[in-house]
Amino acid sequence: MSDMHATPSAALAENQTQFWMTKDHHPENGTLLGFWIYLMSDCLIFASLFAVYGVLGRSYAGGPSGADLFELPLVALNTTMLLLSSITYGFAVLEMQKNRRGTMMAWLIITGLFGLAFLGIEMYEFAHLIHEGAGPQRSAFLSSFFTLVGTHGLHVTFGIVWLVTLLVQVGKHGLTGANKRRIMCLSMFWHFLDVVWIGVFTFVYLMGVLP
Amino acid sequence: MSAHAESHDHHDHDHHDDEVVSHSTLGGYLLGFFLAVVLTAIPFWLVMGKVIPDTRTISVVLLSFAAIQIVVHMIYFLHMDTKSQGGWNMLALIFTLILVVITLSGSIWVMFHMNANMMPGMSHDMSQQVKNLP
Repeated sequence: MSDMHATPSAALAENQTQFWMTKDHHPENGTLLGFWIYLMSDCLIFASLFAVYGVLGRSYAGGPSGADLFELPLVALNTTMLLLSSITYGFAVLEMQKNRRGTMMAWLIITGLFGLAFLGIEMYEFAHLIHEGAGPQRSAFLSSFFTLVGTHGLHVTFGIVWLVTLLVQVGKHGLTGANKRRIMCLSMFWHFLDVVWIGVFTFVYLMGVLP
Repeated sequence: MSAHAESHDHHDHDHHDDEVVSHSTLGGYLLGFFLAVVLTAIPFWLVMGKVIPDTRTISVVLLSFAAIQIVVHMIYFLHMDTKSQGGWNMLALIFTLILVVITLSGSIWVMFHMNANMMPGMSHDMSQQVKNLP
């Protein structure tokens, strides 16, 4: 741009040059990139569990099939809970940007409650299946189903533990730079779990009830 | 020199804010949420209403909806773009996706052919045997 002007002062020209030259990255970015790489490794765990389910998902061993077991309205409710928790986490991040600690913590608590509702519904479903005699030991289909969905549920559980920890930290130390960074990491984790759930409800539940 | 330092600091500050909580806007989240709800509701409706009777067709449709929704989540919730973290985010994602595709398609392909070729007529007998187990 400065080249367009006829006679820019030497200092300005240097400024402009430096401006472009120093457009480099911060050391802080390392955390978010590192966390992203962790999420990608987590993605590989889920990919192998999806592959196991893809291979064994129709091996009923004479037992009940997905069409017999899955209650889609319940799954739809569960999906709604997770989607709502995603958008409320987004609202928390927006409040964090405005440095409003109170409302941010309120949104985080709401997010945690949606997460708990998701887990509650999933526990109810699992208990119901085991009660009906369709536990993980019944068939290869059910073993792979419980492993895949259970691993996702375990991730959500640890996400909630992390959320509570962060709430305590923010309550104690306020919205410091470190806490903001942690909130952004948990944000990625939480949204990532939602992405995995898209695969679960499509591949396991919706395709599981097809004839 | 001092002017340079000032501009540098100012730039750093800007850049830093931008980097940690970039692209997060209310409109972005709401648009992403709206798209996610639509892309979730349609597959559920297709399956629960038994709209498409052919299993193969509806499988392809469901997987396409899932793929689109994953991209929507990536863009609007995870704020993925080719510039974040200097492109390393995207590079890690592409690498992971290649591994995921190899894992999934490879497993299903190999195991399908193993079932088809190695155990002729076994699947029926197997289920009968299992039913007869005590």
